[in-house]
Amino acid sequence: MRRLPRKDAVIIGLGWTGAIMGWELCQAGLQVVALERGPWRDTASDFNIGTAPDELRYGIRGELFLNNSQDTVTARNTVDQLALPIRKWGSFLPGNGVGGAGVHWNGHTWRFLPSDFLMRSHYLQKYGEGVFPENHTIQDWGVTYDELEPYYDKFEYLAGISGQAGNVKGEILPGGNPFEGWRERAYPTPPLKMQHAQNLFSRAATELGFKPFPMPSGNISQAYTNPLGVTLAPCTYCGFCERFGCANYSKSSPQTTVLPVLMRHPGFEARVQCEVVRVLKSADGKTATGVVYIDAQGEEWEQPADLVIMAAYQLWNVRLMLYSGIGRPYDPSTGEGVVGKNYAYQANSAVNGFFDSSHAFNHWAGAGSLGITADEYNGDNFDHSGLNFVGGANINCTSFHARPISARPIPPGTPRWGSAWKKATRENYGSFANVGSQGCNMSYRDNYLDLDPTYKDRLGRPLLRMTFDFKANEERMSAYVTDKMVPIMRAMGAKQIVANPKKGPWNVVPYQTTHNTGGAIMGDNPRTSAVNKYLQVWDMPNVFVLGASAFPQNAGYNPTGTVGALTYHAAEAITKQYLKNPGQPLVQA
Amino acid sequence: MTDARTSRRTLLAATTALIGLSGTASARTVHGLPWTSNEVYPPAEARPGPWLFFTADEAAAVEAIVDRLIPADELGPGGKDAGCAVFIDRQLAGPYGRCEGMYMQGPFPPNPLPTQGFQSSVAFASAYRQGLAALAAHVGRSFGGRKVQQLSGEELDRLLTSMEKRETNTPEFNASGLFDLIHNNTMEGFFADPIYGGNRDMAGWKLLGFPGTRYDYRDVIARPNRRYELPPVSLLGRPDWNRGGRG
Ligand SMILES: Cc1cc2nc3c(=O)[nH]c(=O)nc-3n(C[C@H](O)[C@H](O)[C@H](O)COP(=O)(O)OP(=O)(O)OC[C@H]3O[C@@H](n4cnc5c(N)ncnc54)[C@H](O)[C@@H]3O)c2cc1C
Ligand code: SF4
Repeated sequence: MRRLPRKDAVIIGLGWTGAIMGWELCQAGLQVVALERGPWRDTASDFNIGTAPDELRYGIRGELFLNNSQDTVTARNTVDQLALPIRKWGSFLPGNGVGGAGVHWNGHTWRFLPSDFLMRSHYLQKYGEGVFPENHTIQDWGVTYDELEPYYDKFEYLAGISGQAGNVKGEILPGGNPFEGWRERAYPTPPLKMQHAQNLFSRAATELGFKPFPMPSGNISQAYTNPLGVTLAPCTYCGFCERFGCANYSKSSPQTTVLPVLMRHPGFEARVQCEVVRVLKSADGKTATGVVYIDAQGEEWEQPADLVIMAAYQLWNVRLMLYSGIGRPYDPSTGEGVVGKNYAYQANSAVNGFFDSSHAFNHWAGAGSLGITADEYNGDNFDHSGLNFVGGANINCTSFHARPISARPIPPGTPRWGSAWKKATRENYGSFANVGSQGCNMSYRDNYLDLDPTYKDRLGRPLLRMTFDFKANEERMSAYVTDKMVPIMRAMGAKQIVANPKKGPWNVVPYQTTHNTGGAIMGDNPRTSAVNKYLQVWDMPNVFVLGASAFPQNAGYNPTGTVGALTYHAAEAITKQYLKNPGQPLVQA
Repeated sequence: MTDARTSRRTLLAATTALIGLSGTASARTVHGLPWTSNEVYPPAEARPGPWLFFTADEAAAVEAIVDRLIPADELGPGGKDAGCAVFIDRQLAGPYGRCEGMYMQGPFPPNPLPTQGFQSSVAFASAYRQGLAALAAHVGRSFGGRKVQQLSGEELDRLLTSMEKRETNTPEFNASGLFDLIHNNTMEGFFADPIYGGNRDMAGWKLLGFPGTRYDYRDVIARPNRRYELPPVSLLGRPDWNRGGRG
């Protein structure tokens, strides 16, 4: 192993969080190197309009995702089962390469509700101890919505998010989300234009007493130049968004918002196809001294650095911490330890509607975040007394694609092949719509991450093991919210309705979401959390762990808005406080 | 599909190696965006020609099957004429057939949970080879020595139905697994971009009314709930453009 010259900071992973942190640290004058285990990717070459809209290559074979042969996880539903490797991604699709999953995300860009950050204390105070599910490990975040508001704002303005504000400084605005936390100012760009399905949903939901509003979108509705001087172009509703790179510079991603300036910054260097295998520690174990990585030729390098930023995505942050012995590993039998604790996911559901053929939904003219949402049954926006669950889900109606290999719904009972299949496929392709829900997922003592005892990666190191299932709280929540979605679909005019509330056991095959959370959670107490509210490791102050690994449990929204806000919150604490007094904890334990 | 990668992607990594070899103390910083104009990574286009993976017998069996899964009828061509077998052949001859990029290390315990997904040590190409041989043997036994491709449409439909419903499964022959694999790949072939050898003349897309790779639908968004009239476009363009009928 050869040793490279020291850097002020090393960033592990150059996705959404790594790119943002890279820019902020460079602006503060640091010499920064980012190590990214996937390839370099840019719009013109990698998401070229002549090659990007290719469902088989990107949507089905998944060329932009991490190869399972490089790294994967083992999975099981309960502690008494044998975990087996995910041999081909299904339920979630980890990113790979510069831009990370930010290249091929959908762009739904949410703020969590103020009460989501007080998941324990808010519900305890309002409903009493009895409201919490069995074996839960629900915690407050150690940070409040009010503290995060400026950083949500910063992320939304970086990314150019298109939406309609619902609450500007306490004033409730028509057409926005009346339940959202206050915001300092409106979204940087107006909402996307809506499709037929959203128009039907809006009308139906409004009649039923909901207050629907446009989904905040990282597919940008009009040209926008962000505070870094990088310009995004208007979205053309191409229908090849999630799982694909955008050929138009219209999807907010590290490529379209940060990298053009970051890559030119004299303080910044990126090394791609360089996989960090371990964080190095000082002899007393109290500080990180740098990282070890393996380059494309298989050579091992030591990169010393004063500051280590883990930005490798939730799963791989946790895996690197476990390997490197950062923080105490979680033990589900005692409930002690923190790394791997509180792994959670997202409990989604769907109500499918088959309409008569007079409808032309044209979902292929769609965008990743083209949708209408209603938040009446999310978080604690509704009274949970007597409901026997905590949390909720946002209800949405989207048109994000109708790619023909994967989106050919036929009514249940129809044959899967033959002439009858062909006829039903043709009839329903254009006249199908869906109402979905994005549900919360609480944390439990026996949903967690650790290292697998049997399966190894290509370098002979244990894979990450995931022990996870949906529990009664999530099933009850999903059944309740899905019940509220059915009347909307009926009022939209569907002639046949199929409701699919979320039910366990969790299955690794069908795509659900790439919203893996927890495992290195934030909090106000080192005994119960791995990082403080600035994402600084409690017992190793020169290591910061970015991403949804910090979520103590997951809310009824997609994570990246909150991931972005937490990253900016951490960046400001590093540049304004930590660097004045390096190596010191920003919060006293 | 990953073969076409050029050195540009590893450029930054190579830079690091250089630093190490020359042993210089100051790391070389890469400035700017390492972008070369006109550099793109087109997919490996399926070319017409002989079978690349299937034997003649296997190909005939698969062509017969895809044509029952997607029969030719008044709604348009069937799986065979749409090139589904060609698609499958080209896929099996490539990285997909070898399960490249998948995690294929053991152990492979015999009874995975239904929630644990694909847990076979046999890559897709071998699964076809073994499965089609087992199917040929089964058909030979049950249909008086005939081959799959010699069955009538009705006979084949009955056979496929029993495979789908797991009624043909034996310890030696995972018939339902073979059915699911062929079914899945047939649908991929019928609906994937024609550049991969299936969906010939965009038959699958025309069946649905999917306009293909046009990429800009701002005109559609401006007027929702109208039927779209323009014909589809693929990565190869359209037959009436300049490709002499391909696409
Ligand atoms: C299909 C899909 C759709 C999504 N849609 C939405 C959505 O609509 N809304 C939403 O909020 N979120 C969505 N997400 C999630 C969103 O993409 C992530 O929340 C976001 O990208 C997380 O940022 P990150 O920096 O933590 O990780 P990433 O952006 O994934 O970046 C992590 C980077 O670290 C690299 N890395 C990992 N391990 C190592 C290592 N050992 N050494 C070096 N580099 C390493 C990875 O290669 C990767 O490039 C979606 C994700 C997917 C896959
Ligand atoms: S839908 Fe819009 S943002 Fe998404 S890939 Fe297409 S053009 Fe880009």
